[in-house]
Amino acid sequence: MASKITVLDPTGYPPKIAAKALAPRLDTLNGRTVYLVDCRFDDSDIFLGQMQAWFAEHMPGVTTVLKRISSVYLVDDPTTWEEIKARGHAAILGVGH
Amino acid sequence: MTIEAKYGVPTVAMHTDKFDRVVRSVADVNGMPDLAQVFVPQPIMGKSAAQLRAYVDGKDPISGRPVMQEVIEGLTHPRSRAAGAVYDRSTPRLVEPDTEDNLHRLFLERSWTDTLPIVLPTEERVAAMLAGTRRKPGEVVGRMRSTHFREYWEYTVEKVAVNAVMAGARPEYLPVILALAATGVTARGSSSSAVACMAVVNGPIRREIGMNAGTGAMGPYSHANATIGRAYGLLSQNGQGGSVPGLSYMGNQGNSYAYNSVTFAENEERSPWEPFHVQHGLGAADSAVSVFSGVRSTAFTLGLREKHWREHVGHLLRGMDPHGPPALLLDPIAARQFVDRGGFAKKDALIDWLYDTARMRASEYWDYQLVQNYIYPRATFGEEPWASKLKAAPDEAIPMFRREDIHVIVVGGETNGYWRIMGGNYQKTESVDAWR
Repeated sequence: MASKITVLDPTGYPPKIAAKALAPRLDTLNGRTVYLVDCRFDDSDIFLGQMQAWFAEHMPGVTTVLKRISSVYLVDDPTTWEEIKARGHAAILGVGH
Repeated sequence: MTIEAKYGVPTVAMHTDKFDRVVRSVADVNGMPDLAQVFVPQPIMGKSAAQLRAYVDGKDPISGRPVMQEVIEGLTHPRSRAAGAVYDRSTPRLVEPDTEDNLHRLFLERSWTDTLPIVLPTEERVAAMLAGTRRKPGEVVGRMRSTHFREYWEYTVEKVAVNAVMAGARPEYLPVILALAATGVTARGSSSSAVACMAVVNGPIRREIGMNAGTGAMGPYSHANATIGRAYGLLSQNGQGGSVPGLSYMGNQGNSYAYNSVTFAENEERSPWEPFHVQHGLGAADSAVSVFSGVRSTAFTLGLREKHWREHVGHLLRGMDPHGPPALLLDPIAARQFVDRGGFAKKDALIDWLYDTARMRASEYWDYQLVQNYIYPRATFGEEPWASKLKAAPDEAIPMFRREDIHVIVVGGETNGYWRIMGGNYQKTESVDAWR
């Protein structure tokens, strides 16, 4: 029978995970403003435009705002997030990986 | 995730179905496993408005439920999970003892290898490897992550040594491998564009450890070149916590350059110009390694013809994607031809000429998909030099690359004057001497 040997684990050290709270959900979207946030990746603006059209047809009580992020998706965009927090009630981000 | 957790705005993230596992995994490691994520078919790119409307009207290919129902419920239905809980994920130093055959199988099953056979990192072998540096085994060398939204993992000198053993490296190579690890540039980036890295070694260490800068330098003909590059890759995938297709690696076609990260030594002795590391602030007597990321594309030709060499080089440059700036890898014969034909006595003069030659019509430039994804948004945000490029008329010939992103390295054994352009992004140069 082959003997057993001991070897070292090659994997690095991960950080601890701290659970984050999600934002409270809305009771309804009617009468609310939903931002459709274009991440500026692979024609996502066209996709979100179609989603905006869907809201207009099926949920006209929802105000939608199509908003492009300020730069590339790799860069945080506090200006846009602040605007959405101040003027909107919910957000749909897309289309990312 | 930022807008949801930091700004308190209920949010749904839309993704394509190919990214199901990876985006759920990213949400998990960011402490938000219940993040509302909805999927549509891949691809978005190139689809008409009508086709994308069908995505909106259709079903989420992951859940099988209507996309818009998922979206609306994601914004209105309560999502559980209390904040504040902290989850520790420790990594053991040792693997449970087993037979060699079973351990080889285990390493393969856990995606700890590049699927080629490895040398098992026994304590004796790792201790022998650690003799290659004065640094303490427990010292933190750096940290890496496979993509922007993932968390950084860190690794110690011992972890680097473990991966060096697995790659078949020798202890005298360890300072170079540690320097590569210290760059923090992963050789296992997750990008769907299937990236690899390129590592260029300069200075006396090249000769000390038998690196190849001549014939076959970028091929499988040097133990040092091959195993240092392989160790860099293994360290990257294990040090950052994985590189698994569909989960933490999304390169659509993969990239065979990733087997050893195109690791070679510059042929300083036969170069007409100063070594690459000297261009980046180190002394000629220093040893260093320089890393390029995003290595995907290659163009090549033979020598420089007297009559049309300028046009030929221009065509090669325009064959590169504008998002992957050129690094010219010149055999010494080709390097001297650039000096003889173009009068580029200094490398800077050649780079000036390359910058000016690599032009295309503005309308074509801005229409590249990667330019649209990564450069156009920055241009519209006012970032230079792209904001100025955006003002060019459609037919104006504009530079494809920033001058500072163009690089020239001499490598090859002068069996002929073949040379190539590697598309890639120079990241940094790290001292090897600091890790001896």
